[in-house]
Amino acid sequence: MTTETVRPTINPPSLARASMVVVWRNLIHIKRMPEMLMDVTVQPIMFVLLFAYVFGASIAIPGSNYREFLLPGIMAQTIVFSAMIVAIGLTNDLEKGIVDRFKSLPISRASVLIGRSIASLIHSSIGIAVMAVTGLLIGWRIRNGVVDGVMAFLLILLFGFAMIWLGILVGSLLKTTEAVQGVMFTVMFPLTFLANTFAPTAKMPSWLRFIAEWNPISSLTQACRNLWGNGDPAAASAAWPLHHPVGVSIAWSIVLTAIFAPLALRAFKQRSKD
Amino acid sequence: MSAPAVEAIDLVKRFGDNAAVDGVSFVVPEGSVLGLLGPNGAGKTTTVRMLTTLSVPTSGTGRVAGHDIRKEPDAVRRSMGLTGQAATVDEFLTARENLKLIGSLYGLPKKYIAETSDELLERFSLTEAADRTAKTYSGGMRRRLDLAVSLIAAPPVLFLDEPTTGLDPRSRSELWEVLRGLVRDGTTLLLTTQYLEEADNLADEIIVIDKGRIIAAGTPTQLKDQAGAASVVVTLTNASDLDAAERLIRTCSDEVHVDPIARRLTAKAAGLGDMSRIGQVFEESGIPVDDLGLKRPSLDDVFLHLTGHKAESTDETETMEEARS
Repeated sequence: MTTETVRPTINPPSLARASMVVVWRNLIHIKRMPEMLMDVTVQPIMFVLLFAYVFGASIAIPGSNYREFLLPGIMAQTIVFSAMIVAIGLTNDLEKGIVDRFKSLPISRASVLIGRSIASLIHSSIGIAVMAVTGLLIGWRIRNGVVDGVMAFLLILLFGFAMIWLGILVGSLLKTTEAVQGVMFTVMFPLTFLANTFAPTAKMPSWLRFIAEWNPISSLTQACRNLWGNGDPAAASAAWPLHHPVGVSIAWSIVLTAIFAPLALRAFKQRSKD
Repeated sequence: MSAPAVEAIDLVKRFGDNAAVDGVSFVVPEGSVLGLLGPNGAGKTTTVRMLTTLSVPTSGTGRVAGHDIRKEPDAVRRSMGLTGQAATVDEFLTARENLKLIGSLYGLPKKYIAETSDELLERFSLTEAADRTAKTYSGGMRRRLDLAVSLIAAPPVLFLDEPTTGLDPRSRSELWEVLRGLVRDGTTLLLTTQYLEEADNLADEIIVIDKGRIIAAGTPTQLKDQAGAASVVVTLTNASDLDAAERLIRTCSDEVHVDPIARRLTAKAAGLGDMSRIGQVFEESGIPVDDLGLKRPSLDDVFLHLTGHKAESTDETETMEEARS
């Protein structure tokens, strides 16, 4: 079988093209393992139902009902956890040598990260969409029109972008997916609760209320509530960020990205240097 | 003589205080096979990682297909394929999708990828499994797919890091056959291995590396000669002929070892000439002989001779040894 090997011309793809190929690959993963989506579907739906029906009756929401109050909180929690999705995916690829394989190719190494990030944002967006449908079924509504409604979804995605950098940072620093899962759950889970996501902050002890109201996740949640018309605006006694939640959410997204992106890139470079 | 396909120029890689690779230089001529032989932790993988631009050398440099690994990493990546130590196929993708993924990242035309994928799948006996996810594959199939993926762009230089570690003997010899085919087609190979037998089987030239340094280099034959002379081994049919046989051999060689239980005489010999001379005297004497042959020292002997310790003692290797016997 001695054939003269014809060597093809290699035309390295652009950054955008290579990133899209990596996205394609990551989306096949979701297709092959729909259970990967459980973290953004079954789990939040369970949360919605548990919270709405177990606590719902005993938590009074000024100007609305608990289910409408809850939905933006759950969506904020879902997008925060996109950091974990990115981190697990990246650690997995590093562990299994897939990143090495990509690094041996004539493509920009950034395409590995960009592809991973876009796929994770799609992953989280599927979750947000599922949440919206679940919400609509149990009585959540967008009450302030299409423009504000869409604006809230865009805010969620923007915040997700910042979370992705956190994910890349954690994924590059930790060696195993188990470690990622452990660390992320221990740190992020309480953070999504120390906020206005699941209960109003007004009755919290003052120190806790301070933390909760300055928590970036609270700003995002409040922004969505205001834009969707889910309940009254923040109480007069609430901390400053909750009175300007849209602007503050955008600012937080930018600040968090500015902090995490350089650290993440450095950690990824360091991890993939040796 | 064209330019060498791979060159390592005083490569050094330090991790903290520890030098994993400590001044390694070699040249791999185009179309040849270099075997980088050494035990676990000798620095083989680190050397390959530097040459394939995955790892940046602490000092020194290298060239692949004439391109400097430090100054022109992209040109290096365009000219080589890498099959890493762990089979780095995407297990949630099918074989065909794996080939498409890497082919697209090389920027190859769709039609070319489809055609070449079919060829490669056929060549690596993966056609039937082509549309199953790699998760369902055996170790041998994964390795073959990994190799197929490395070949999608038909790179002139191929790096293989322990290509057969963990494979059963049959998969191993199948893979060797595939590699020989690649060399026939003009591909230059640099492979690392812990298996002396593998280097002996495939490589034109072997570099023995231990603790980050080259401790010997040469053709398999040269290395064996370095480990000591060859010997002629005669196994007699009848133990009663041992004394007569010993006297006979002493006329040809000064150093004779007799093993009465095995009815075997081992004589130090310079090469084939000595063997045929001993064969002739036995023929003339009429002493019946079961077996007569030349035994060269194995590469295992070479390793022991060079380093003073056995080639390896990892679990994985022991399993391999068991599988082989």
